[in-house]
Amino acid sequence: MSMMLRGLMGACAVTALTLPAMAETLTIATVNNGDMIRMQKMSKPFTDANPDITLEWVTLEENVLRQRVTTDIATKGGQYDIVTVGNYEVPIWARQGWLLPLEDMGEEYDAADILPPISAGLSVDGKLYAAPFYGESAMIMYRTDLMEKAGLTMPERPTWEFIYDAARKMTDKEAEVYGICLRGKAGWGENMAFLTSMAHSYGAPWFDKDWKPQFSGEKWKKALTDYVTIMNEAGPPGASSNGFNENLALFQTGKCGMWIDATVAASFVSNPKESTVADKVGYALAPEGEKPQMWLWAWTLAIPSSTDAPDAAKKFVAWATSKAYTEQVAAAEGWANVPPGTRTSLYENPEYQQAAPFARPTLDSIMSADLQNPTSVEVPYIGTQWVGIPEFQALGTSVGQQFSAALAGQASVDQALQMAQQIAEREMAKAGYPK
Amino acid sequence: MATRHQKTLARLMVSPSVLLLLGWMIVPLAMTLWFSFQSYNLLSPGMEQFIGWTNYQYFLSDPAFWTAMRNTLLLVGGVLVITVGGGIALALLLDQPMFGQGVVRILVIAPFFIMPTVSALVWKNMFMNPVNGLFAWFAKAVGAQPIDFLAQYPLMSIILIVSWQWLPFATLILLTALQSLDSEQMEAAEMDGAGTLAKFTHLVLPHLSRAITVVILIETIFLLSVFAEILVTTNGGPGYQSTNLTYLVYSQALLQFDVGGASAGGIIAVILANIVAIFLMRMIGKTLE
Amino acid sequence: MARNISQSRRWGFTILAWGAALVIFFPILWTILTSFKTEADAIASPPKFLFFDWTVENYAEVQSRSPYFRHFMNSVIISVGSTLLGLVLAIPAAWSMAFQPGRRTKDLLMWMLSTKMMPAAGVLIPMYLMFRSFGLLDSRLGITVVLMLINLPIIVWMLYTYFREIPSEILEAARMDGASLRNEILHVLTPMAVPGIASTLLLNVILAWNEAFWTLNLTTSKAAPLTTFIASYSSPEGLFYAKLSAASTMAIAPILILGWFSQKQLVRGLTFGAVK
Repeated sequence: MSMMLRGLMGACAVTALTLPAMAETLTIATVNNGDMIRMQKMSKPFTDANPDITLEWVTLEENVLRQRVTTDIATKGGQYDIVTVGNYEVPIWARQGWLLPLEDMGEEYDAADILPPISAGLSVDGKLYAAPFYGESAMIMYRTDLMEKAGLTMPERPTWEFIYDAARKMTDKEAEVYGICLRGKAGWGENMAFLTSMAHSYGAPWFDKDWKPQFSGEKWKKALTDYVTIMNEAGPPGASSNGFNENLALFQTGKCGMWIDATVAASFVSNPKESTVADKVGYALAPEGEKPQMWLWAWTLAIPSSTDAPDAAKKFVAWATSKAYTEQVAAAEGWANVPPGTRTSLYENPEYQQAAPFARPTLDSIMSADLQNPTSVEVPYIGTQWVGIPEFQALGTSVGQQFSAALAGQASVDQALQMAQQIAEREMAKAGYPK
Repeated sequence: MATRHQKTLARLMVSPSVLLLLGWMIVPLAMTLWFSFQSYNLLSPGMEQFIGWTNYQYFLSDPAFWTAMRNTLLLVGGVLVITVGGGIALALLLDQPMFGQGVVRILVIAPFFIMPTVSALVWKNMFMNPVNGLFAWFAKAVGAQPIDFLAQYPLMSIILIVSWQWLPFATLILLTALQSLDSEQMEAAEMDGAGTLAKFTHLVLPHLSRAITVVILIETIFLLSVFAEILVTTNGGPGYQSTNLTYLVYSQALLQFDVGGASAGGIIAVILANIVAIFLMRMIGKTLE
Repeated sequence: MARNISQSRRWGFTILAWGAALVIFFPILWTILTSFKTEADAIASPPKFLFFDWTVENYAEVQSRSPYFRHFMNSVIISVGSTLLGLVLAIPAAWSMAFQPGRRTKDLLMWMLSTKMMPAAGVLIPMYLMFRSFGLLDSRLGITVVLMLINLPIIVWMLYTYFREIPSEILEAARMDGASLRNEILHVLTPMAVPGIASTLLLNVILAWNEAFWTLNLTTSKAAPLTTFIASYSSPEGLFYAKLSAASTMAIAPILILGWFSQKQLVRGLTFGAVK
């Protein structure tokens, strides 16, 4: 009896001793987007191949995720081994020394295959600091049947005027069909992503070369006026609380004529399991103003420098952003559902081109995005639908609140712009610009 | 002699709780106070420096500050009026003879147990959503234009959600108080031919005053720091229309990562909370003695 | 005759009260119903009340995304643990405040309560730094202590109001009999105070269970309670009402059931000495 007990205890002790050396737990912070949730479900091959690694998933809503991850990384809390971050944060965080460079990802990784605009945005001094999980630009998704009914043909890249005209003609409020759905929910990654890129296309930047806010300019006024006017005339009710997800739900249930948003939405709206209009969706490049509307976003996996399992983390990141993972998703869910917008090889794959009618416009949109020159005038910042300074999150959200109020009819366009200008001047002065 | 011994012992017994509370207050408070005089942004480490009252200046001159003050008062006031008013009505109703009183009470008490996050998510999406929400369907069914509650009446919508959560609390306390009302007194009043209204204002309401005070006190403590409901539904918007003081501090701390500014905001909020506490104490002191 | 009137009055009140109760309860009922629908049925217009294809696939989906049982256990440990810890500290404090009140007792109580009004976000970063230094991030111990401290003022105050209603003559009598202080508390005070302690315990378990700021910010996975479980269902991509409802139902069901079963005890303490 006591022998057995001793033996058992011994076994326990041995396990206890050897466990920490063998098993590593990776805590992965990720956003509750469809592709990420799929990654969690598909991670079995990885854990099978690496039985010594356990995965802990922390799936959060985007804003909560950003708040949690930033707090932890900036205080070096070390709670996460892998974080999901956007290409806006990556260069800023990399410069602070908060992220580990992703070198030696293994022979099969083929980092050169990553689309050049994407990898350029994730590199600092030639070193990659985050691996893109999926990338996106903006494009127009529209209902071919409604467009036909309105007697119009969508050009490859329409002008803003064409969009407004088509939106009015497609609207049928009785039948709950709204010509255009755009983001209106306040947030730097929500309405300000769209409005920043739209204003850039109108030739209106956030700051001039001396970091002076530009909201009092005529071009901002025109852009915001056009946006509010068309949304009031042809947008869905409650647009000021619609973000990407809300608009996606609206489009999927057949309530939108056109939707200008992230290219990644294409695989959701064309999926017959989720979308009631899957067979009636057409795609066009984002509208053209003084410059074409540009947009470049990538959800990436990065490794905080405070991790205690850098090697295991790197192994996972390499797996999740590899070509093999893409093939695994394709085998399980079809090519149309693979994470898009990161690798050249995907767009050269005939099977993908066949399965994803949106492949071409997606690639063209991504390749035409120029982080350095987003608008028709010279700017001191990088970024197409965001501005690459740490203060932008807060500033973008405050300004977004004002523009959201203008959309809800709680403030006039002039009032909103005036408030935006004031807020921006205040915050920039407080942060000590020009730096 | 015994009393002195007892008193010392009493002090000793209070001290762990009080010391812990003191620590809980003082340590973060001291840190917050320290940070409030620093220029300290989490996103630009290595730039920390003493900047005097600048953070306070920025917080107090923030265009959102006065709106937030106003919203905080409206939120607390609005919810108090609805829950106390509705609570009295419901308590009077539940005090009447009826069938299935136990079940009714269980149904009424339920919202009090719901996580604020959950109730905000449910109200926002399944009821107030202007396209897929039940209210929108109801509006369409009667031929009206669906109302976009969270955009057009953001603060009112939040007051509604929070009131729904706190109404059971008020009802229960008031009901318990009502049930302790002397039935002989009531009968005597009836004999004197007092009408329902007279009975209510002269007998019931004075009897409930203590309970009402308690409801106001407890609710105020929780309502001053309403946060989850705002974060989930409106994010303080549109504009600043549903930003309260707690949310303003949150946006400084965790959207702007401006630890200095948020600390200044926190200190100001604590000062305001203490003013409210003194005010409440006066009120309570009068009624509860 | 009189009997008839009272009978019809009874029916009138019954209908009124049931109506009001159903309106108040409806959001919860609707959430539970929606959790058994498909996503398409969940947003169907006109809404489907009972006649839809009942399914439990949402529950399966929610469970496959995060381990419900672990979050549930964490919620139980954290909420019960913090309340018990709070009671241990608060009972002696409230006892002496109630029976040996000083001049400043009222002020002290009020000040304790006012600490609850401090906006949590303002002290999060200092707290986070402290937690990191002590290695308490994502630990059940850390979050339990924080929740205990947050609810301590309420616990002390509830117990205080309850203890104050115990007639001190009884204590005097016990003292005359030569009972020691320990015996006084153990054998005289405690039995009388048990109902009050029970309702304090219940209310604070509920408050701790539903606390969503500190739990969300100071835990990650190992110690994460149900509040973080629900955090991933806020505005995800695509249709989500049914999944949100299923997750919500799972998060609120335990505390709702506990609340219902113990509502009598709860109500007694909820009066905060308001009823004399």
